[in-house]
Amino acid sequence: MPTKLWLLACSLMIATTQLVASPKIEHWQTTNGGQVYFVSAPELPMVDIQVVFDAGSARDGQLAGTALLTNAMLNEGAGGLNADQIAVKFEDVGAHFSNSSRRDMAALSLRSLTTEDALPAALTMFTDILTKPDFPLDSFDRIQKQILISLQAEKQSPSAIASRAFYSGLYGEHPYAAMPIGNEVSVGQLNLAVLEAFYKQYYVANNATVILVGAISKQQAEMIAEQLLSGLEAGDKPTKMNKVMPLAQAKQVVINHPSSQTHIVMGQPGMNRGDADYFALYVGNHILGGSGLVSQLSNEVREKRGLSYSVYSYFRPMRELGPYQFGLQTRNDQAQQALSVMKQTLVDFIDKGPTEAELIAAKQNITGGFALRVDSNSKIAGYLAVIGFYDLPLTYLDTFKQSVNAVTVEQIKEVFSRRIDADKMVTVLVGGQQLGATK
Amino acid sequence: MQMFKNIKLGYYLLLAIPTWVSADVTEYQLENGLKLIVKEDHRAPVVVSQVWYKVGSSYEHNGITGISHQLEHMMFKGTENLGPNEFSKIIAANGGSENAFTGRDYTAYYQILEKDRLEVSFRLEAERMRKLVIDEAELIKEHEVVAEERRMRTDDKPQSLVREAFNATAFVNSPYHHPVIGWMSDIKNYKADDLRDWYQKWYAPNNATVVIVGDVQAEEVYQLALRYFGPLKAEVIAELKPQIEIEQRGKRTIEVRAPAELPYFMMGWKVPVVKTSDDSLLWETYALEVLAGVLDGGNSARFSRNLVRGEEIAASVGAGYNLFSRLADVFIVVGTPVKGKTVADLQQAVFVQIDKLKTELVSDAELKRIKTQVVANAVYERDSVSYQATQIGMLDTIGLDWQLSDAYVDNIQAVTAEQVQAVAKKYFIEQTLTIAELIPLSLDNNQQSQQAGDNNAH
Repeated sequence: MPTKLWLLACSLMIATTQLVASPKIEHWQTTNGGQVYFVSAPELPMVDIQVVFDAGSARDGQLAGTALLTNAMLNEGAGGLNADQIAVKFEDVGAHFSNSSRRDMAALSLRSLTTEDALPAALTMFTDILTKPDFPLDSFDRIQKQILISLQAEKQSPSAIASRAFYSGLYGEHPYAAMPIGNEVSVGQLNLAVLEAFYKQYYVANNATVILVGAISKQQAEMIAEQLLSGLEAGDKPTKMNKVMPLAQAKQVVINHPSSQTHIVMGQPGMNRGDADYFALYVGNHILGGSGLVSQLSNEVREKRGLSYSVYSYFRPMRELGPYQFGLQTRNDQAQQALSVMKQTLVDFIDKGPTEAELIAAKQNITGGFALRVDSNSKIAGYLAVIGFYDLPLTYLDTFKQSVNAVTVEQIKEVFSRRIDADKMVTVLVGGQQLGATK
Repeated sequence: MQMFKNIKLGYYLLLAIPTWVSADVTEYQLENGLKLIVKEDHRAPVVVSQVWYKVGSSYEHNGITGISHQLEHMMFKGTENLGPNEFSKIIAANGGSENAFTGRDYTAYYQILEKDRLEVSFRLEAERMRKLVIDEAELIKEHEVVAEERRMRTDDKPQSLVREAFNATAFVNSPYHHPVIGWMSDIKNYKADDLRDWYQKWYAPNNATVVIVGDVQAEEVYQLALRYFGPLKAEVIAELKPQIEIEQRGKRTIEVRAPAELPYFMMGWKVPVVKTSDDSLLWETYALEVLAGVLDGGNSARFSRNLVRGEEIAASVGAGYNLFSRLADVFIVVGTPVKGKTVADLQQAVFVQIDKLKTELVSDAELKRIKTQVVANAVYERDSVSYQATQIGMLDTIGLDWQLSDAYVDNIQAVTAEQVQAVAKKYFIEQTLTIAELIPLSLDNNQQSQQAGDNNAH
């Protein structure tokens, strides 16, 4: 639907997502093996609850899109109620339900008031969706059609086309290569039996992480977590995924598209959560392309040359090596120029590293803005999900500033030259006319 | 949209005394006309600082469309005492995040900082409120950046092209006719002096509102504002011409042909907004807001229930109404049909839903559900200091009392089923309807080439 405020935001790409700050985290297990993470936030009469499973598209197996469609089916019918009735149950009490499925994680989320007439009703419905999905056939047919339409919509978006080609080029045979939404062929082949089997295998307590942030006591949080998971089988944690292989050689993919801009995405496998080089890579990239308008990339591409509205680089740390991704969009006839500036900026950074002054500025930015990262329940819940899902230490937030401050120029230089190879990048260009003239 | 009750003090004193005080909001006015609104929110040790100017694309005339947005970009490019991009560097070094946005009715700049850094924001914002330097060389580069922004946001997005063409058709003489980012030929032809004039005209303390939300004490913020904004000189601010949209005398339909895969349409009816309504008809705007909720207020609303599920005719369908804008607006419906159905089929199904609103009263259960959601959302919104600040700044800048934000829940609660039916009958009429349809052109010139080993693309 159209945005309510017709805002035109001026820029600043999102830098690498990062855990920070120190709310008091409590952690325990449910009786059937689910991991629970709780932060008490008594100020507002509301609670955010998420249940996260290692059940993203990395677990798709043969048919890409299995995980996403399974996740999307959960609120289509549960405990004998249909999609209409489920929607009414939540909205009658002002609760927000949402589901999502990406490469690593599949999640179900609930935001509700903590009042007597709202929370118990919302929780009952949420629990049924989690533990008693009905997988109705008519819903499956409709959602399958809608996903096929979304796949069609991708084809009119140069950025979506670029993203698909990028992941495919980056990950080859690894499960991360596929887009979570799948493709026309795989989605067409899906059926209910596949989804129900996926649900049965992965939506189990031993594979569940429960996040609670809000105006509830620890005792209430314990009861809620038990209630949510008690209807699930204990099950098993999924087996470890294959490692991501480094790229053997550079790859370039050029896709013609009738757009006035060329969208460029470049990168290689980057780092995982809990990576030993995490902080040196994170702080280094912050200087190179992760700090919005003040990054080196923004300075070279946008400030000095006016080549692109947005230019960025970020690590997306995942269970296995997530992408280290660079990107920009520019008028077709200057695509090659913009790409070489972006690439040269990376080459120079690997070569020379940051200056001492740049490192100090980056540390000031990251640590000085520490409080901003956890200034709302929804942000805290997001960080808890990452801590819980990736088994990061509970002290991670407490030691974050220290870890950032400990990074040196030498470490950044060393880690970038060891981990990042500018000669082995996947580069995707999607755009119009002028591309035909390039190699 | 707070849950507490405001207490409006029944007196107004000069200077240094808050002009309004409520449970946690305090409003001040400086001698130079600058308005300061402080909302204390002590949940987290952060503060959001926003400076709102009463200027946006609806203040612009043809030929310079988008100039407010271009000026917003130039506000980061140097002042008498700050070099290009230095503003952003100082904010970054203080751990802040910052940005700016331009709308039809406002231009706003913000920083989010740890609470003890508010002074940095005030020092820099006061500097660029009166001491901007528009440098020719910087402007030439920034033209290109904005042109790229337009290509990205609009030119290469078929649905954005439809929205732009729709507005340019629905609005004839209202400045809502032209896009916030401006027409490309205007973007390419602003001169440095155009921007200097625009800045001189609108950027002054008596045309600005500073909104602060966070872990601060109002009186301390006021003292800080006096120190930094107090010395700035006021400007004579021009009075805007009313530019009231002419009466629409019949349905307007247009087609937009663009490379695309999916069909799409946008339609809208002329409707009033809070700012343009007489007190006696103010209820209409809240009834329209509730009506938007009946159609599209969540997964249980009629569009999802009947058109996405139910008839399974819409791949997506949405309704939108913005009751807080400076000038009269449109109530919009957009949609994409499922495969095998046409735009006409989906429009027909939408009209059936609209007709039902005219002929049948909304059920008590639906009405109650929408009101419950509004009450709950008013709590959820308080999870974000930025959202709270934006609500206050937006209302004030379009010329409304920001306390309407608090009254919003009560005004929605007061809406009856009969009122929803009445506004449906009154405003959803063919005479004021505009429809824009996207006619997809083939994208089919895709050729993919893979070049393993070739890393050097010059």
